[in-house]
Amino acid sequence: MTTIRTLMILMCAALIFAGSPVKNGYEVGDNATGFKLKNVDGKMVSLDDYKQAKGFIVIFDCNTCPYSRAYNGRIIALNKKYAPQNFPVIAINANDPATSSGDSFEEMVKCAKRKGYDFPYLVDETQAVAKAYGASNTPHVFVLNRSGNDLKVAYIGTIDDNARDESEVTRKYVESAVDALLAGKSVPTPKTKAVGCGIKWKNV
Amino acid sequence: MIRKLLSVLFVCVCTNGLMAQNAELITLEKLQSIINSKDNPVQIINFWATWCAPCVKEMPMLEKLNLERKDVKVTLVSMDIDLDPNPEKVHKFIVRKNIQSRVVILDERDPNSWINKIDKSWSGALPATLVVNSATGKRKFVERQLQEGDLEKLIEAVK
Repeated sequence: MTTIRTLMILMCAALIFAGSPVKNGYEVGDNATGFKLKNVDGKMVSLDDYKQAKGFIVIFDCNTCPYSRAYNGRIIALNKKYAPQNFPVIAINANDPATSSGDSFEEMVKCAKRKGYDFPYLVDETQAVAKAYGASNTPHVFVLNRSGNDLKVAYIGTIDDNARDESEVTRKYVESAVDALLAGKSVPTPKTKAVGCGIKWKNV
Repeated sequence: MIRKLLSVLFVCVCTNGLMAQNAELITLEKLQSIINSKDNPVQIINFWATWCAPCVKEMPMLEKLNLERKDVKVTLVSMDIDLDPNPEKVHKFIVRKNIQSRVVILDERDPNSWINKIDKSWSGALPATLVVNSATGKRKFVERQLQEGDLEKLIEAVK
């Protein structure tokens, strides 16, 4: 009788756990895994290629989202400012081109050329990297800080607090995070949220 | 004669008003009062924008439900203002698509300061939908494009 009861309780517990959402992606403080993805120039890019890097500004982005377009210039500026300080931008497009045809690899190549990207713009064809990181929208930033052999997630969120008008920005979240890390300080605001386009996931 | 003309004009203005609603610009506080309203058994709050293709795709399902179910009230909350200060695109969209559900435009800045107040699990990505049962107090939040049958399941889940 007790065994049956225990079994039933266990089964109920299993059901409850099965129904609760699995923890998706990284939280600030987690160790990020590296990746090797194809760049718009056809070459494979891995974070391990950057031996001198103190960290990375990983941005899940795309060609088609109006928020991505609003932030294009600001992303280019981030790389201009921080790549020389060994904290480069790595952009990744995870959108499924079957849902969003404007995000095909060919369109990514055109987009990078048109905008003059001087940082990698990688395709996450299987969406495995976006899923591992827990990227949800575009542009979605993950600032990674190198600590020994580890890459620690130091910031997750949006670039700043005003998508539509750069001149009205009062809080530059990503810049504050990277500045703090370069100065060996803790990140003032480690997590933010913003309205954005949901990543176009593959229909499985 | 003048009276007749005036009444014709009045009728014209009225029918025009009936054909296309004027989407109201609202604050977060007003949105929260809509979410917590007890006027209808079930509130469906859908977050969308004119530029969001999956939002536009799922809208007919919300419209149909709003029309067919007396116990369900759909409110379509436009996020367009976050990118474009001119609400004209939203008004044109309502007319073009002949939207019948109530449309409001959220007029707030700095989304990081209010996204968690709508739902802690929301990243801010669109589309997103909140289903609230005012009697049980239960709520469900989904951050993805709705598929056929999803809304019915969500309404059932908040019973």
